[in-house]
Amino acid sequence: MSGDEIPGERIEEKVSLLRKDAESGGYFLNPDAGFVRQLARGLCINEKRYGYPSCPCRLAVGRREEDRDIICPCDYRDADLGEFGACYCALYVSPSVAQGKSPPVPVPERRPPRSERVSMTTRTGKMIDVPLPVWRCRVCGYLCARDTPPLVCPICKASKDRFERFM
Amino acid sequence: MTEMVRVNGRNRGDIRLYALSTCGWCAKTKELLNSLGVEYSYVFVDLLAQKELEDALREVEKFNPAGSFPTLVINGSRVIVGFREAEIREALQ
Repeated sequence: MSGDEIPGERIEEKVSLLRKDAESGGYFLNPDAGFVRQLARGLCINEKRYGYPSCPCRLAVGRREEDRDIICPCDYRDADLGEFGACYCALYVSPSVAQGKSPPVPVPERRPPRSERVSMTTRTGKMIDVPLPVWRCRVCGYLCARDTPPLVCPICKASKDRFERFM
Repeated sequence: MTEMVRVNGRNRGDIRLYALSTCGWCAKTKELLNSLGVEYSYVFVDLLAQKELEDALREVEKFNPAGSFPTLVINGSRVIVGFREAEIREALQ
Protein backbone atom coordinates (compact mmCIF):
# COMPACT_ATOMS: atom_id res chain seq x y z
CA MET A 1 0.00 0.00 0.00
CA SER A 2 1.33 3.45 -0.81
CA GLY A 3 0.25 7.01 -0.14
CA ASP A 4 1.12 6.71 3.53
CA GLU A 5 2.78 10.11 3.77
CA ILE A 6 1.16 12.28 6.41
CA PRO A 7 1.93 16.02 6.46
CA GLY A 8 3.91 17.15 9.51
CA GLU A 9 1.23 19.58 10.68
CA ARG A 10 -1.39 16.80 10.62
CA ILE A 11 0.81 14.72 12.92
CA GLU A 12 1.35 17.68 15.29
CA GLU A 13 -2.43 18.22 15.38
CA LYS A 14 -2.93 14.57 16.28
CA VAL A 15 -0.31 14.79 19.04
CA SER A 16 -2.03 17.85 20.60
CA LEU A 17 -5.39 16.12 20.41
CA LEU A 18 -4.01 12.96 22.05
CA ARG A 19 -2.39 15.08 24.77
CA LYS A 20 -5.56 17.09 25.40
CA ASP A 21 -7.74 13.96 25.58
CA ALA A 22 -5.23 12.20 27.85
CA GLU A 23 -5.05 15.13 30.25
CA SER A 24 -8.79 15.61 30.46
CA GLY A 25 -9.31 11.88 31.06
CA GLY A 26 -6.61 11.50 33.71
CA TYR A 27 -4.23 9.60 31.42
CA PHE A 28 -0.56 10.25 30.63
CA LEU A 29 1.31 10.04 27.34
CA ASN A 30 4.79 8.56 26.99
CA PRO A 31 7.39 11.17 28.04
CA ASP A 32 9.41 10.44 24.86
CA ALA A 33 7.98 13.07 22.50
CA GLY A 34 9.60 11.52 19.42
CA PHE A 35 8.04 8.14 20.22
CA VAL A 36 4.60 9.74 20.71
CA ARG A 37 4.97 11.54 17.39
CA GLN A 38 5.82 8.26 15.65
CA LEU A 39 2.71 6.58 17.10
CA ALA A 40 0.56 9.61 16.21
CA ARG A 41 1.81 9.25 12.64
CA GLY A 42 0.86 5.56 12.74
CA LEU A 43 -2.62 6.44 13.97
CA CYS A 44 -3.03 9.02 11.15
CA ILE A 45 -1.90 6.42 8.59
CA ASN A 46 -4.36 3.84 9.91
CA GLU A 47 -7.15 6.41 9.96
CA LYS A 48 -6.45 7.13 6.31
CA ARG A 49 -5.99 3.45 5.39
CA TYR A 50 -8.93 1.89 7.25
CA GLY A 51 -11.19 4.82 8.14
CA TYR A 52 -10.54 4.52 11.88
CA PRO A 53 -7.44 4.96 14.05
CA SER A 54 -6.61 1.34 14.81
CA CYS A 55 -3.64 0.51 17.01
CA PRO A 56 -0.36 1.29 15.20
CA CYS A 57 1.31 -1.68 16.89
CA ARG A 58 -1.24 -4.27 15.78
CA LEU A 59 -2.21 -5.57 12.37
CA ALA A 60 -5.73 -4.45 11.42
CA VAL A 61 -7.82 -6.40 8.92
CA GLY A 62 -9.64 -3.31 7.69
CA ARG A 63 -13.15 -4.36 8.73
CA ARG A 64 -14.40 -2.27 11.64
CA GLU A 65 -16.38 -5.10 13.28
CA GLU A 66 -13.21 -7.18 13.49
CA ASP A 67 -10.87 -4.34 14.45
CA ARG A 68 -13.22 -2.64 16.90
CA ASP A 69 -11.35 -3.80 20.00
CA ILE A 70 -8.06 -2.31 18.74
CA ILE A 71 -9.34 1.13 17.75
CA CYS A 72 -7.22 3.50 19.85
CA PRO A 73 -7.78 3.76 22.80
CA CYS A 74 -8.15 -0.01 22.65
CA ASP A 75 -10.19 -2.29 24.89
CA TYR A 76 -6.96 -3.44 26.56
CA ARG A 77 -5.41 -0.09 27.52
CA ASP A 78 -6.60 0.16 31.11
CA ALA A 79 -5.73 -3.44 31.98
CA ASP A 80 -2.22 -3.07 30.53
CA LEU A 81 -1.69 0.30 32.24
CA GLY A 82 -2.64 -1.32 35.53
CA GLU A 83 -0.48 -4.41 35.11
CA PHE A 84 2.52 -3.13 33.12
CA GLY A 85 2.47 0.65 33.48
CA ALA A 86 1.96 1.16 29.76
CA CYS A 87 -0.53 0.31 27.04
CA TYR A 88 0.55 -2.18 24.37
CA CYS A 89 2.13 0.58 22.24
CA ALA A 90 3.37 2.59 25.26
CA LEU A 91 1.50 5.62 23.92
CA TYR A 92 -0.33 5.76 27.26
CA VAL A 93 1.77 5.20 30.36
CA SER A 94 1.39 5.20 34.14
CA PRO A 95 2.19 8.38 36.14
CA SER A 96 5.47 6.80 37.27
CA VAL A 97 6.59 6.14 33.68
CA ALA A 98 5.35 9.59 32.60
CA GLN A 99 7.53 11.19 35.26
CA GLY A 100 10.55 9.24 34.04
CA LYS A 101 10.85 7.26 37.28
CA SER A 102 10.69 3.94 35.45
CA PRO A 103 11.10 3.05 31.76
CA PRO A 104 8.18 1.45 29.87
CA VAL A 105 8.56 -2.34 29.66
CA PRO A 106 7.46 -4.54 26.74
CA VAL A 107 3.79 -5.44 27.17
CA PRO A 108 2.76 -8.95 26.08
CA GLU A 109 -0.22 -9.12 23.71
CA ARG A 110 -3.43 -9.39 25.74
CA ARG A 111 -5.70 -9.50 22.69
CA PRO A 112 -6.75 -13.10 21.98
CA PRO A 113 -5.17 -14.72 18.89
CA ARG A 114 -7.20 -14.68 15.65
CA SER A 115 -8.57 -18.19 16.17
CA GLU A 116 -10.18 -17.20 19.49
CA ARG A 117 -11.46 -13.79 18.51
CA VAL A 118 -14.88 -14.68 17.06
CA SER A 119 -16.55 -15.09 20.41
CA MET A 120 -15.59 -11.59 21.50
CA THR A 121 -18.30 -9.79 19.56
CA THR A 122 -21.15 -11.44 21.35
CA ARG A 123 -21.05 -11.89 25.07
CA THR A 124 -22.63 -15.17 25.99
CA GLY A 125 -23.90 -16.33 29.36
CA LYS A 126 -27.08 -15.90 31.26
CA MET A 127 -28.58 -12.42 31.41
CA ILE A 128 -30.09 -11.32 34.69
CA ASP A 129 -33.61 -10.03 34.42
CA VAL A 130 -33.40 -6.25 34.90
CA PRO A 131 -35.93 -3.51 34.01
CA LEU A 132 -33.55 -2.06 31.39
CA PRO A 133 -30.52 -3.54 29.63
CA VAL A 134 -27.18 -2.41 31.07
CA TRP A 135 -24.47 -1.44 28.56
CA ARG A 136 -20.76 -1.40 29.27
CA CYS A 137 -18.17 0.71 27.45
CA ARG A 138 -15.35 -1.71 26.61
CA VAL A 139 -12.84 1.13 26.59
CA CYS A 140 -13.40 2.71 30.01
CA GLY A 141 -15.91 0.47 31.79
CA TYR A 142 -18.71 3.07 32.02
CA LEU A 143 -22.10 1.43 32.67
CA CYS A 144 -25.53 2.75 31.83
CA ALA A 145 -29.03 1.30 31.98
CA ARG A 146 -31.07 2.27 28.93
CA ASP A 147 -32.66 0.69 25.87
CA THR A 148 -29.64 1.27 23.64
CA PRO A 149 -26.05 2.38 24.30
CA PRO A 150 -25.34 6.13 23.92
CA LEU A 151 -24.00 7.35 20.55
CA VAL A 152 -20.80 8.39 22.29
CA CYS A 153 -19.52 7.32 25.72
CA PRO A 154 -19.98 10.37 27.99
CA ILE A 155 -16.80 9.44 29.89
CA CYS A 156 -14.20 8.48 27.28
CA LYS A 157 -15.95 9.51 24.02
CA ALA A 158 -15.73 6.01 22.53
CA SER A 159 -18.37 5.41 19.85
CA LYS A 160 -21.59 3.41 20.28
CA ASP A 161 -20.17 0.24 18.74
CA ARG A 162 -17.58 -0.02 21.54
CA PHE A 163 -20.40 -0.88 24.01
CA GLU A 164 -21.38 -4.42 24.99
CA ARG A 165 -24.45 -5.72 26.76
CA PHE A 166 -23.43 -6.20 30.38
CA MET A 167 -26.72 -7.17 32.07
CA MET B 1 8.36 -17.68 2.41
CA THR B 2 7.57 -14.01 2.52
CA GLU B 3 9.80 -11.83 0.40
CA MET B 4 11.92 -9.60 2.61
CA VAL B 5 14.25 -6.64 2.32
CA ARG B 6 17.85 -7.59 3.09
CA VAL B 7 20.08 -5.34 5.18
CA ASN B 8 23.79 -6.10 4.91
CA GLY B 9 26.06 -6.52 7.89
CA ARG B 10 27.95 -9.06 9.99
CA ASN B 11 26.62 -12.57 9.51
CA ARG B 12 25.12 -13.76 12.79
CA GLY B 13 22.88 -16.37 11.20
CA ASP B 14 19.52 -16.08 9.47
CA ILE B 15 17.73 -13.16 11.12
CA ARG B 16 14.19 -12.35 10.01
CA LEU B 17 12.15 -9.47 11.37
CA TYR B 18 8.38 -9.30 10.87
CA ALA B 19 7.31 -5.74 11.60
CA LEU B 20 4.61 -3.11 11.06
CA SER B 21 5.49 0.19 9.41
CA THR B 22 3.35 2.11 11.93
CA CYS B 23 4.64 0.52 15.13
CA GLY B 24 7.04 2.26 17.53
CA TRP B 25 8.48 -0.93 19.04
CA CYS B 26 9.07 -2.39 15.56
CA ALA B 27 11.03 0.75 14.64
CA LYS B 28 13.10 0.44 17.81
CA THR B 29 13.85 -3.22 17.05
CA LYS B 30 14.95 -2.35 13.53
CA GLU B 31 17.16 0.46 14.84
CA LEU B 32 18.73 -1.95 17.32
CA LEU B 33 19.54 -4.46 14.55
CA ASN B 34 21.06 -1.62 12.53
CA SER B 35 23.18 -0.45 15.44
CA LEU B 36 24.36 -4.01 16.10
CA GLY B 37 25.48 -4.10 12.47
CA VAL B 38 24.15 -7.59 11.80
CA GLU B 39 22.83 -8.88 8.49
CA TYR B 40 19.07 -9.34 8.59
CA SER B 41 15.92 -9.33 6.50
CA TYR B 42 12.71 -7.51 7.35
CA VAL B 43 9.21 -7.03 6.05
CA PHE B 44 6.52 -4.51 6.94
CA VAL B 45 3.53 -6.86 6.95
CA ASP B 46 0.95 -4.03 6.96
CA LEU B 47 2.23 -2.81 3.58
CA LEU B 48 1.75 -6.14 1.79
CA ALA B 49 -1.10 -6.88 -0.61
CA GLN B 50 -3.93 -9.02 0.77
CA LYS B 51 -2.67 -12.43 -0.33
CA GLU B 52 0.96 -11.82 0.70
CA LEU B 53 -0.22 -10.27 3.96
CA GLU B 54 -2.22 -13.36 4.85
CA ASP B 55 0.74 -15.64 4.03
CA ALA B 56 3.11 -13.49 6.10
CA LEU B 57 0.72 -13.45 9.05
CA ARG B 58 0.48 -17.27 8.93
CA GLU B 59 4.28 -17.41 8.96
CA VAL B 60 4.38 -15.14 12.02
CA GLU B 61 1.71 -17.22 13.79
CA LYS B 62 3.82 -20.34 13.26
CA PHE B 63 6.54 -18.80 15.43
CA ASN B 64 4.35 -16.60 17.61
CA PRO B 65 0.73 -17.79 17.93
CA ALA B 66 -0.42 -14.32 19.07
CA GLY B 67 0.47 -13.02 15.59
CA SER B 68 1.94 -9.88 17.15
CA PHE B 69 4.74 -7.55 16.10
CA PRO B 70 7.69 -7.23 16.13
CA THR B 71 8.49 -10.92 15.80
CA LEU B 72 12.15 -11.69 15.36
CA VAL B 73 13.09 -15.17 14.15
CA ILE B 74 16.71 -16.30 14.45
CA ASN B 75 17.84 -19.34 12.42
CA GLY B 76 14.24 -20.46 12.09
CA SER B 77 14.16 -21.57 15.72
CA ARG B 78 14.73 -18.84 18.32
CA VAL B 79 11.84 -16.39 18.47
CA ILE B 80 11.87 -13.03 20.27
CA VAL B 81 8.52 -11.26 20.46
CA GLY B 82 8.50 -7.55 21.22
CA PHE B 83 11.34 -5.09 21.73
CA ARG B 84 13.27 -7.11 24.32
CA GLU B 85 16.54 -5.27 23.98
CA ALA B 86 18.69 -7.31 26.37
CA GLU B 87 17.47 -10.58 24.89
CA ILE B 88 18.09 -9.44 21.31
CA ARG B 89 21.58 -8.18 22.18
CA GLU B 90 22.42 -11.43 23.94
CA ALA B 91 21.14 -13.54 21.01
CA LEU B 92 23.06 -11.59 18.37
CA GLN B 93 26.30 -10.55 20.03
